[in-house]
Amino acid sequence: MSTARAEVLRRVRAALAHRPPAPDVPRDYRRSGGPGDLDLFADRLRDYRARVRLTTPDEVTAAVVAALRERGLRQVVAAPGVPAAWVPDDIRSDDHHTAGGVVTACHVAIAETGTIVLDHDARDQGARALTLLPDYHLVVVRREQVVAGVPDAVAALAGVRTQTWVSGPSATSDIELERVEGVHGPRTLEVVVVR
Amino acid sequence: MTFLGMPSRNLVGEPFPRAARAALGNAQLRRNLAKATGTIRAKRASVVAEVPDWAGLRAAGAAIKDAVLADLDTHLLRLEEALTARGTTVHWARDAEEAARVVTELVTATGTTEVIKVKSMATAEIGLNDALAAAGVRAVETDLAELIVQLGDDRPSHILVPAIHRGRAEIRDLFRREMPGVDPDLPDDPAALAEAARRYLRHKFTTVDVAISGANFAVADSGALVVVESEGNGRMCLTLPRTLISVVGIEKLVPTWQDLEVFLQLLPRSSTGERMNPYTSVWTGPTEGQTSHVVLVDNGRTATLADPRGRAALRCIRCSACLNSCPVYERTGGHAYGSVYPGPIGAVLSPQLTGVRHNKTLPFASSLCGVCYDVCPVAIDIPSMLVHLRGEVARTTAPNAESAAMRALAWAMSDSRRWARALRAGRLGRALGRRRDRIGRLPPPLSAWTDARDLPRPPRQTFRDWWETR
Amino acid sequence: MSGVRVALFVTCLVDGLFPDVGKATVTLLERLGHEVVVPRGQTCCGQMHVNTGYARQAVPIIRNHVEAFADADVVVTPSGSCAGSIRHQHADVAAEHGGRRLAAAAEEVAGKTYELSEFLVDVLGVTDVGAYFPHRVTYHPTCHSLRILRVGDRPLRLLREVRGIDLVELPSADTCCGFGGTFALKNADTSTAMLADKMTNIVGTGARVVTAGDASCLMHIGGGLSRLRAGVRPVHLAQVLASTAAAPMAVAVR
Repeated sequence: MSTARAEVLRRVRAALAHRPPAPDVPRDYRRSGGPGDLDLFADRLRDYRARVRLTTPDEVTAAVVAALRERGLRQVVAAPGVPAAWVPDDIRSDDHHTAGGVVTACHVAIAETGTIVLDHDARDQGARALTLLPDYHLVVVRREQVVAGVPDAVAALAGVRTQTWVSGPSATSDIELERVEGVHGPRTLEVVVVR
Repeated sequence: MTFLGMPSRNLVGEPFPRAARAALGNAQLRRNLAKATGTIRAKRASVVAEVPDWAGLRAAGAAIKDAVLADLDTHLLRLEEALTARGTTVHWARDAEEAARVVTELVTATGTTEVIKVKSMATAEIGLNDALAAAGVRAVETDLAELIVQLGDDRPSHILVPAIHRGRAEIRDLFRREMPGVDPDLPDDPAALAEAARRYLRHKFTTVDVAISGANFAVADSGALVVVESEGNGRMCLTLPRTLISVVGIEKLVPTWQDLEVFLQLLPRSSTGERMNPYTSVWTGPTEGQTSHVVLVDNGRTATLADPRGRAALRCIRCSACLNSCPVYERTGGHAYGSVYPGPIGAVLSPQLTGVRHNKTLPFASSLCGVCYDVCPVAIDIPSMLVHLRGEVARTTAPNAESAAMRALAWAMSDSRRWARALRAGRLGRALGRRRDRIGRLPPPLSAWTDARDLPRPPRQTFRDWWETR
Repeated sequence: MSGVRVALFVTCLVDGLFPDVGKATVTLLERLGHEVVVPRGQTCCGQMHVNTGYARQAVPIIRNHVEAFADADVVVTPSGSCAGSIRHQHADVAAEHGGRRLAAAAEEVAGKTYELSEFLVDVLGVTDVGAYFPHRVTYHPTCHSLRILRVGDRPLRLLREVRGIDLVELPSADTCCGFGGTFALKNADTSTAMLADKMTNIVGTGARVVTAGDASCLMHIGGGLSRLRAGVRPVHLAQVLASTAAAPMAVAVR
């Protein structure tokens, strides 16, 4: 192994014998867009055929319960740090293999692309498998978590070790490049946006 | 037994013109390709058009990659240090054979006989599945298109959508025939086919203990690895098995986390034509009790880096926009290129990775129309690179009829009196025009033209002679 | 702008096979009040050599070109592809294989070289050149004019001002016709497949004439149409623009 390492590094250095100066990176693009437009965010989510509910801080619980009821879910799992108010104890399950759905918060969300980012080391977002195996994922996104563009989200995620960026439900375009929602991940993504 | 320096057979096929001829004769293939590439071109165009700073992102993407390449040794060492510090074991491989061997040894050491795979160009390039099979390990492809290719004992024909050459009816027939436990009345709509794959693979995800992935990006300063995908099979493979082995080409590095703000905009819009792909996984070191390995692969990349006029090809982020836009690819499909990297970028990368002497026809598999350069999110000037590689082919080929003709023509064209005489001699060609004003048949090699096109009969008077008499 | 002394680079293909395109370019520029000269020393831009891998052999051709046009005020050529080679290849090839002095001289010639539609629209500032061409015409934007020179819609702006013209849009216009120089010979099957689709689109417009800014692509497209007896005639942009009510171009169906 060490021979291969030494040889690859030797080849790299030989290839760069007349070391080209590293170019300065022009950052002539939108670096910071600030807070995201909630309507745009909702629009983008719907474009991926995610379900979207807009609600107010006082009505989060009602929105979550309504969503689960509409979905016909009697048992859901929730990330450990998800407030008890969002998911009442009587419908909380511990087993993500058998539960029909999962409820989590998120770390940051991107309006321009309709993306939600989970930090798997945060208690209210849970380990990776939690949001992967159930067929239904409900995310609660607070207004101040929604940023304008990708650079804003990348800045907010510096130092976050394990992340999943979610943009709509699982999808494939592998057959005739026609998009189909729902392959291996949750086939339904529902987003409760708190204004 | 292969010896060091021998090109991977996954990068070389039969001569392009011959392979293309076979593909062009397949009407079903032509229809599938035209439909699929047409769909994706339109999607890409619309999501790129809505980004007001696309040109700025493209310039930044190109410069970030150039900066990595200019100090690749430093960035590789930094990545190795960051990965090691977080508990990942780093391995290095000089060529395809060594990379496949390293991975195979890691797999067999776990005692497993089956691995699940996230779609990865690097593992296709190093021929990993065959190496694993030789060691008694079955590799299960979990990306839908790769699964279609694997079940059909077929070869991938596209970087992003390896089964792009297959239509839905063919895929349904294949699933009915080859997929264990499938509904015998499976219909051919893509949703039903995806559902069948979901059922088939779910069991694999929850029972197989070793996964193999590539990486779209490796962040040098933190050791974060990034996999960009759509279906969730990537998330499954990265999350559930206890051992994760990631095969990463040494050009996949970006210097800092912040640089991803550029590539996570460029890549999804260029590849699937979406604002963002459904799932992007980022992990830094083994998580949740896993063991993780990274294998850093050279396999011709350092040779490419050594060519100042060719090294920009290492910017490639494997988005496939050049394939989807290329009029040659659209008609021949990917198999004609004979390499796991088809299309315009494949016509550049494959000869670069193998050495042009092993891949002499690919640099000519382009009309140099320039669409590939326009759509490339990291501004790789593919046409100029193809021209550069054509020069390498000519330089390393023994003198032949073509080079003699080129030399003679250059001699005539470098002096106007010689050229005027040559043009007058060319008027003798008028005798070839059996019909009034066109030539319908010429001997080889010009028959390649007249097989399908007439040639105008040379005029009585050249322009320069007319000008002199005016 | 009036009274420009234009050095015409007619191109090897037009010189030897399509002299009418050169004549039309002269007619048009003179009609617009400019003096045309044809430097005697000119031959070819050398693009075929460069693009086939013989850049070293192209150096004497490039040197010849640079010397032939060294004294010109402005160089105009009825070819997007040749203008593209002069502007985007000559100096590079010269720098690599021909030396710094040749590269500098090539840079200078490149800086004063224009493709015909660029010269008319950008330098002369005209779009109405007084042309008359009473036929149904479709326009194929050639790859190098579009993606190397970026002529954009300049040729269309010129065509739209032509009296009597019935200009119809070509579907998938910006897709390559499959010519590609020696590509047409080395990959004849693929080239022909691309040509077939281009011809289908052309014939579908019902046009009687297909026009473009490059004689090379028109030779390819025209060669295919002629083989099919498609009844569509290739006519160079210069010929359309040179045609007037007083001296209309005869468009015979072959």
